[in-house]
Formats: sequence, C-alpha cells, structure tokens
Amino acid sequence: MPTCSRADVNLKDVMTNLATGRFGPYGGRYVPETLMHALEELAGVYDTARNDSRFWAELEALLKNYVGRPTPITAVPRLSAQVGASVILKREDLNHTGAHKINNTLGQVLLAQRMHKRRIIAESGAGQHGVATATVCARFGLECVVYMGEEDMRRQRLNVYRMELMGATVVPVTSGTRTLKDATNEALRDWVTNVTTTHYIIGSVVGPDPFPRLVRDFQSVIGREARAQMLEQIGRLPSTVVACVGGGSNAMGIFSAFLEDKAVRLVGVEAAGEGMKTQRHAATLAAGRPGVFHGSLSYLLQDGDGQVQPAHSVSAGLDYPGVGPEHAYLKDTGRVLYEAVTDREALDAFAALSRLEGILPALESAHAIAWVMRAKRASDELILINLSGRGDKDVAMVAELTGATL
Amino acid sequence: MSEPASSIKARWRALGTSRALIPYLTAGFPDFTRSLEAIRAVAAAGADFVEVGVPFSDPLADGPTIQRTTQAALEQGMTVPRVLELVRKADSPIPIIIMTYLNPVLSFGMPRFVEAARAAGAAGVLLTDLPAGADPAVEQTVRDSALDLIRLVAPTTDDRRLETAVSGATGFVYLISRLGVTGARDTVPADLDAQVRRIRAVTRLPVAVGFGISTPAQAAAAARAADGVVVGSALLDALAQDGVAGLERLTRDLAAAVHG
Repeated sequence: MPTCSRADVNLKDVMTNLATGRFGPYGGRYVPETLMHALEELAGVYDTARNDSRFWAELEALLKNYVGRPTPITAVPRLSAQVGASVILKREDLNHTGAHKINNTLGQVLLAQRMHKRRIIAESGAGQHGVATATVCARFGLECVVYMGEEDMRRQRLNVYRMELMGATVVPVTSGTRTLKDATNEALRDWVTNVTTTHYIIGSVVGPDPFPRLVRDFQSVIGREARAQMLEQIGRLPSTVVACVGGGSNAMGIFSAFLEDKAVRLVGVEAAGEGMKTQRHAATLAAGRPGVFHGSLSYLLQDGDGQVQPAHSVSAGLDYPGVGPEHAYLKDTGRVLYEAVTDREALDAFAALSRLEGILPALESAHAIAWVMRAKRASDELILINLSGRGDKDVAMVAELTGATL
Repeated sequence: MSEPASSIKARWRALGTSRALIPYLTAGFPDFTRSLEAIRAVAAAGADFVEVGVPFSDPLADGPTIQRTTQAALEQGMTVPRVLELVRKADSPIPIIIMTYLNPVLSFGMPRFVEAARAAGAAGVLLTDLPAGADPAVEQTVRDSALDLIRLVAPTTDDRRLETAVSGATGFVYLISRLGVTGARDTVPADLDAQVRRIRAVTRLPVAVGFGISTPAQAAAAARAADGVVVGSALLDALAQDGVAGLERLTRDLAAAVHG
C-alpha cells in the first residue's frame, strides 16, 4: 500500500507556482491585510513540515490507526450491469467520521500544533467538515468553533449534534443565504479578529494561498491509494475517474494522482440543482466567470455587477457559489471535464446505489454516481467513482424530499 | 469635479498640523437620494475627506452595521455605475475615496473603473481585499491612473512586511487600529501611538486610523496619535436611526473632537 511520502507530495508541485500560489492565473491571496501575516506563517510552517519526514510519519500513523486508512476500492456489479460498464468505488465513506474531510483536518491540526495555536475554527456546509474538525480537536484537546448556516443546521441536525457531542461550539450564521458561503464569511471574520491565537481549518481546496495547495496535498492520499489499488487489484488504470465538485477537495484528492496519466479521463460533477436553465444551481464552472471570492481568483457565480449569486443544491456540501482555483485551471486547460447533474438525478442515484449495492452515498457523492448512470457506457469502460462520504446524514432530508415519514 | 489630481495631497497640505476627520459612508444607504445628502452633510459638518463604500454581497472584513447597510444598499439596486453616478452628483468639496472589495470593480473592468472613478470626481481608491503585492497588474492599473492608492496596514503587519505594505501607497496610509472587523468598540487601543510611530518610520505619508472608533472622545484620543481618524459604523448607525440630521450632528461633534 502506498503511503504519504515526501516524494509524492513534491511531485505535485509541478502544477503549482509556489512563489505566487497560483494555478495559471487563478488562486492568490486576496484578503484583508490583517490576515497576510497568518497566511505567510502558515505557508512557511507547511513548507517546513512537508520536507520533514516526521510530519508525514505522524500523519500517516493517524490516518492508519485513527481514521482506518487505507480505504478499500469496491467493485459494484449490480450498478455496473445497469450502466453497462465496470464501476469501482473508492470508499471514502468508510473513513472515521464518514467522509474524506478528516484527511485534511488531521493534516491541518498538525500544522496548528506546529504554530502553537490552540483554538480552531471551521466553516461547514453539510456538516461533514465540521464533524471532521470537531473530531480532531477532541483528539488533540483543542478549542473548536464551527460556523454553519442556519439553513444548513436545519438540513443537517444530526451532524450538528455530533459536533456538540465532541465538545465543539456550533455557531448559527443568519446572514445572507444562511448556507456555506455565509458560514465561510463568518469564519473569516472570526479569523481576522482572533488570528494570533486561532488557526482556520478551511475544509476545501478554496480560500487564499496556501489553503488550496495544502488541502489538495492532504487529500491526495485518496488518489495515491486508489491508483495503486486499481493497478494491484484490477490490473489496469481506470478509463474514467469521476468525483463531485463543490469547493472540490475530494475531486482534487483523487484527480491529483491521475493528472499525468493522459489516457485517464477525469470528470468533475457539479450540482445543477433545479436545472441549469434556472438560477437555482451551484454549477460554478459551468455557469460562472472568473472573480475574486473568499481570498482567491477562480470561477464564481456572480451577477453582471460582480455581486456573488446564491447557489442552490439539494446537497449542502455542494451549495457554494465558488470553486477551488486549481479546478478553474484544470477546466481552462481541458485536463478535466466538468459536468453538472440535477437534484433529481442525484436523489435517483442515491436511491439506486442504496438498492443495488447496499451503500447509502452522501448526496454530494450521489452527483458523481448520477453522472455515470446518465448514459449507456461502452462495455470496456472502467469507471472509478470517488464515493466521498456516506449518506446517513442525508436520510432525514431524503425522507422529507420524497414524502416519506420517519 | 472641484478638486484637481492628487487632491488628497493638497488637502493634507491645507490642513497643516490639524488632524483630519474621515467619515465612511456606504454608497446607496439608506437609498440613493439620502446617500447623496449624507455625503454633502458630512462635508458641510466639517469632515476633511469622505470614504464612499461600494456595497458587496460578501463583506467579510465588515461587522454587523456595515453588513446591514451594504445589504440595504444592494436591495436598493446599488451597482458600480450607480456608485460612480453618486460620486459625480455629490460634486464634493472634500476629496472622495472609493472603498471597495475587489470583485465588483474587477467585474466592471479595472482600467475602465479607474478612468470612470476619476472622471466622476473621486480622488482615491482603497481596495479592502487587495493587500500589497497580491495582484501586481491591478495595483499597476491604479498606479497608472490619477487616483491615489490608499494602503492598509494592520497590527499583524510585521516589520518585514511593512515596507511592502506601504510601497506604492499615495494619499495616506490607513492603519487598522485593531484585529477584527469594522464596528464600534469601547476603547481606543493603548498601543496606538506605537503603531503609528512604526508606520512613520517607513513612510512620510500621513497616517489615518480606523476600525472601532465611534465616539468623539475616542476620535480625540485617536487624533492625538494619528493624522486622520476614520469613523464608519457609528455614523451609519446615526444615519439609520436619526436620518441625515443625526449623521450631521455626530459628524460635527466628531470633527470638533478631531480638530481639537
């Protein structure tokens, strides 16, 4: 089994201009001056840590013994029969806390320790990142404050309670659209206020440099494992790798290992919400244009006057008008194909994977499955889907939407 | 269009050793007409410069008051072209500095914006989320224009970064007096003197201090340390509660405190 190694991480920097923290034109540090010192400090600490084998050894041990990595890949024969091609799932749903998010929060909490910061803040949409942050804070005895939109707290009550059980304070955000974008604004306001004592664990490959590259690096364990597992267990690389994209961390995590495999098609699936012809979607790469938001230049859902437009998705984790700057770059270069599926398609895929394979996917991950189910596939296709999280958190929401009573 | 290029510099020169009061007003709050009256009112009540804020949907450096005024202005249909119209119609006797998050002006087009802002009569621009060095192309566009580029310095700006932070700055340097977002606080930081001295060591530009200053007593204390005092949220609260007359009253009291 491949593990985190310095060589692997360094290889990825071919994609990044470290001097400016840019991916092509995208990325950067568009923040109030107050935060510049913290970003420089974080970048410096990370640059030291990533060249320190003890750092990776400690992270590796935690990923193995605390998170339960490596996660398996699973062949799904009944879903495969339905789509007409071989489908394999990368099982990030089997991680401790039920999603890929903990790969990143563990890495960042180790960085926070190196900076002697004992207060941690985070934003959360679906609550998965909030739970993963609360988890590592409990594990390391750190104070934890999670900002979450009031609307998302309603949609994800179970996750809110999980965070509270682990000692975190969940702060409801009542401004704006009361979802992930506003929770991120509020977390940034907290950070500006408490920056000398507090580390902000951003949950996705978004925000100012160095966050997009360090979150990608911490999530790249998904792709490294999956690529080796495909070669070992299936005997070849997948023809297509599919992942859902909100901010885009699980997608960058799995794509990063396949970027140099030119024959492997990479597909990112955004949330088309109620449809691309409506305003109610979260397909930033499909329908947005470049803008500056939450600290970086990337594609952005915005109106003609540069005001950020509210996003919509049935999945709280994809309900975000921005997207990671590296995805913007991968879209422009054509290396990754970005598609979008609707709420309806995602709900159908949620039901299908549950019935056909006995696996309840997170509604976020259900978007990736829905795209694969959309068309009849060539029989020699070998499709690897990143199942980024489990769907237990979404059961009440799905019941509500489908008119079932619990 | 009453002020020539580098009107900010000229204004400081005219002030001599006197301190400056710099109100911040959200463009389009509570509506276009009263926003126009508000700019004229602060000028009439003794302000020396005025910052006019472009409303943005995600004001992450701002506290509750400016979040509210921003939201209200957006609901009134405020846009970058309307802000420029407001500046032009204000025909202000004191220099106007447009304060904005980057995205609305980036969307409008940076070269087009600096030209239109200058044509509308603005004297300077302050970009909340563009720290020095973050985007050389955008900074160059402002520098090539007739607008002054007002730079921010924070308590966290360390000595190593300080020179970068003020490089290319013109007009004055805006010192964020404390960590945090905009909005009224109880006291002026005890180390304000030292913070101002630190900036004076690297630039000859005047230093204005802002963030959290709301009462005449606080403004007077800040004016003892710095060349200028910025007051935003407190004035917007007065405007929201007591209308333009209330705004004018508080501005008069603040001006008296700052001018000494």
